[in-house]
Amino acid sequence: MQTTTVTEPHVKEHSQAAHADAHHHTETFISKYIFSLDHKTIGKQFLFLGMAWAVIGGLMSVVFRIQLGWPDETFPWLEKIFAAWFTDGKLNPEAYYSLVTMHGTIMVFFVLTASLSGTFANILIPLQIGARDMASPLMNAISFWLFFLASVVMFSSIFLPTGAASAGWTIYPPLSALPQASPGSGMGMTMWLIAMVIFIGSTLVGGLNYVSTVLNLRTRGMSMFRMPLTVWALFFTAIIGILSFPVLVSCCVLLIFDRGLGTSFYLSNIVIGGKALPFAGGSPILFQHLFWFLGHPEVYIVILPAMGMVSEILAVHSRKPIFGYKAMIFSILGITVLGFIVWAHHMYVTGMNPFIGSIFVLFTLLIAIPSAVKVFNWLTTLWRGNIRVNPPSMFAVGFVSMFISGGLTGIWLGNATIDIQLHDTYFVVAHFHIVMGIAAFFGMFAGIYHWFPRMFGRMMNDTMAYIHFAITFIGAYLIFWPMHFLGLAGVPRRYYTFNEFAAFSQYATLNKVITIAAIVVFLGQLIFVVNFIYSIFKGRKSVQNPWEANTLEWTSPIEGVHGNWNGDLPEVHRWPYDYSRNPNSDVDFIPQNVPLTEEEKKDYVHH
Amino acid sequence: MSIILGLLTLVLLFIVILQISKASDLIKTLRFGDRQEESFGNNAIFLSVIGFGILIFSIVTCFTYADTLLPRSASEQGEWIQWLIDITLVLTAIVFVVTQALLFWFVYKYHYRKGRKAYFFADNNKLEVAWTVVPAIVLTFLIGFGLQKWFKIFSPTPKDAIVIEVIGKQFAWTIRYTGQDKKLGSRDFTLVNGDNELGINWKDTTSHDDFFADEIVLPVNTPISVNIGALDVIHDFYLPHFRLMMDAVPGIPTHLWFRPIVTTEEMRKIVKDPKFDYVLACNKLCGSGHYNMQKKVRVVSMAEYKKWEREQKSYYSTVVQTAVSDSSAKKSDVAPLASSTVAEMNK
Repeated sequence: MQTTTVTEPHVKEHSQAAHADAHHHTETFISKYIFSLDHKTIGKQFLFLGMAWAVIGGLMSVVFRIQLGWPDETFPWLEKIFAAWFTDGKLNPEAYYSLVTMHGTIMVFFVLTASLSGTFANILIPLQIGARDMASPLMNAISFWLFFLASVVMFSSIFLPTGAASAGWTIYPPLSALPQASPGSGMGMTMWLIAMVIFIGSTLVGGLNYVSTVLNLRTRGMSMFRMPLTVWALFFTAIIGILSFPVLVSCCVLLIFDRGLGTSFYLSNIVIGGKALPFAGGSPILFQHLFWFLGHPEVYIVILPAMGMVSEILAVHSRKPIFGYKAMIFSILGITVLGFIVWAHHMYVTGMNPFIGSIFVLFTLLIAIPSAVKVFNWLTTLWRGNIRVNPPSMFAVGFVSMFISGGLTGIWLGNATIDIQLHDTYFVVAHFHIVMGIAAFFGMFAGIYHWFPRMFGRMMNDTMAYIHFAITFIGAYLIFWPMHFLGLAGVPRRYYTFNEFAAFSQYATLNKVITIAAIVVFLGQLIFVVNFIYSIFKGRKSVQNPWEANTLEWTSPIEGVHGNWNGDLPEVHRWPYDYSRNPNSDVDFIPQNVPLTEEEKKDYVHH
Repeated sequence: MSIILGLLTLVLLFIVILQISKASDLIKTLRFGDRQEESFGNNAIFLSVIGFGILIFSIVTCFTYADTLLPRSASEQGEWIQWLIDITLVLTAIVFVVTQALLFWFVYKYHYRKGRKAYFFADNNKLEVAWTVVPAIVLTFLIGFGLQKWFKIFSPTPKDAIVIEVIGKQFAWTIRYTGQDKKLGSRDFTLVNGDNELGINWKDTTSHDDFFADEIVLPVNTPISVNIGALDVIHDFYLPHFRLMMDAVPGIPTHLWFRPIVTTEEMRKIVKDPKFDYVLACNKLCGSGHYNMQKKVRVVSMAEYKKWEREQKSYYSTVVQTAVSDSSAKKSDVAPLASSTVAEMNK
């Protein structure tokens, strides 16, 4: 942003770099590692905090899965660890719903929004477009520290005597608005709302920074259509966030008013405990419209960065250009635009006007087209490649598999007629966990394995990565594939136990299998954490360009310098996917900063 | 103590994995150098075997679990939904198998081999148009079929429908039938009190023959019109065997009509369970008792339904009239009841 007024940005950047160099040695530990303004450090901070959250969120799912697997057993040893949530060795229903709510909130917002975008937008945008740092390093740091503050508030709410928020991660009022309706709707809900408003501040500050950096700070020669697909994806992700998150703020603020000031935005004609409450004229459905106006674009905020990274990683490791570079960009654009006009497909059975519903069916199923284009393009990228099957490419392939499996069930649920039967059953749980939960995690893992050498100058351990992959990939299918059958048998989600209904209790064995798989998958993630921490300190030293990739981040000194490049910024001469371009050459990649040869100049086309 | 031992075992397990992995990576680096080119072939087999294993698992389980899913739909509307699910299942299953198989086949077929060159293939307009247009055509059909059924399900309620009202509250359902006049008496939430849980307006005389039922009894092959509501938070009127659901929203009445086509007795024969019963469940998180908010549903012949209906007593005649005559024998209307509630509310 600060460079928008500068007519020749490169001149200014040079002086900035010199300025930074002069002060390099006076940095204290605090300014270098804690309140750092360097985008690489901030990216790592997002990653560390996100990993901590992922472990917490995963552990919560293990606890409530144990309840679903063995609803009649008691677990005194669990009670010793989580005393507040258990009575006589059994998880309380209130605690169960708090855990489900917090698991969803943590995974969707804190891990797959803040940490996924925060880590990779921070590390990759400046390095891949050839910038010294973000447009505003200070705003970038503020973005992380707001996320940290939101994390502190959300984490504290777990320890409240009345429990954390328990109305589901979608916090539909009136349940979330009335403390009489549920203990978690007291202080827990208040803290949830405060944490989320702070969190949205973080997302906005970060997103504005990413967009202005991409638009203003590209190095010489880096036209928009020479940007790697990661940058395109992160760019559109930030735009979606900027346009949709403010709606969640208004959504939350109105709920805060209803809870604290006695307004009736979402509440009307309520009788609770035999007593009529003085609310009139509000609409609980209004909340759902506002919530899902963010909530649906949110799933694209989660999945687009993963898509971008997978596109890049598949191209690098199959030693082939990504197939249909422009089609990939326009399909992201298509998903972005359509993603804003499909929100009410979460509300088909709220009693909405059937005609309005039909419009949302149309747009929702249309999203399958750009999604299909992306899948076919990834497959064609692998076709006749020379695929280096290593941890990053394995997780990228795993992402494509998950995205296909979960995306196809979206065609079921997007069709309102089918949704009348399957809405809020385990079929939905299977669908969204596979397509945006597991798939986004696979994209994130692929990204971490791929860019770890860029972040820490060392390689991660391959053997542990393969164990991690096998456990996660097989385990994720074991957990979520059978949930389709539960859903088709009518089993509703968000049930504390299925034993009260004869119709829903037939899958006792299957639920045990799912729980065991969930525990194993959780332990498998700890292998990843061990590998990650171990490799930071003891991993094999990385060479400058370990994957032989074309993008600019691999030309920046591996030890990580302030300002990213010593001396001049690199100049870009070609698109990022010149892999195996010249069949007669021994080298199968040509980095973006390599000038065109005389021969190439004659017929070089940008794809 | 046992917790500490368990944790120690876990830590030891991770240390073992770490040590083995360190050694394994070291050996590979010594054998193959930094690039580890030779291991790509083994990795490709590893990944493809897992991939095809999962593909087989996902297909096989579809067949093994097919019998455990819902039996035939108990409503006409559910049969339309089932028809659309069947078509969608066939189409998506084909795409699923083909794309997953290609994915893991390519990983194996085109894994890294020394000296081989990848094929520089950056774009192809014909291919890209093909896989934009073909999904678009298929989806157009799915949208068309889907919307046709959708509008059929939400078509105007037939005039001869039997009207019932289902009201959700934490954590139970209240079922109200119209009685002989085929009309439900109006409700007002400010009239709620201990004797009048739903706030029924007794001044509205159509309410006088309304009766409450402790199970939902429905005549087969007759359209049923359901007025759905909620007192406190959002609930969801969910009839799994009829394949139907509709939210129950406080302040905003919702509505659904359907035609049951299989009686409880017939369904007991179909599922070979003499104790089988249809059930109404809640399918929108409504608090800590959400998982146990049920009501029995019984589909019977018209004759049985008529007989059952005649046996029911109106709430007004059994409870309200008695209460009013007890408290103030002089007054015949129920205004004091209502005004006392309003006064209580204003406190």
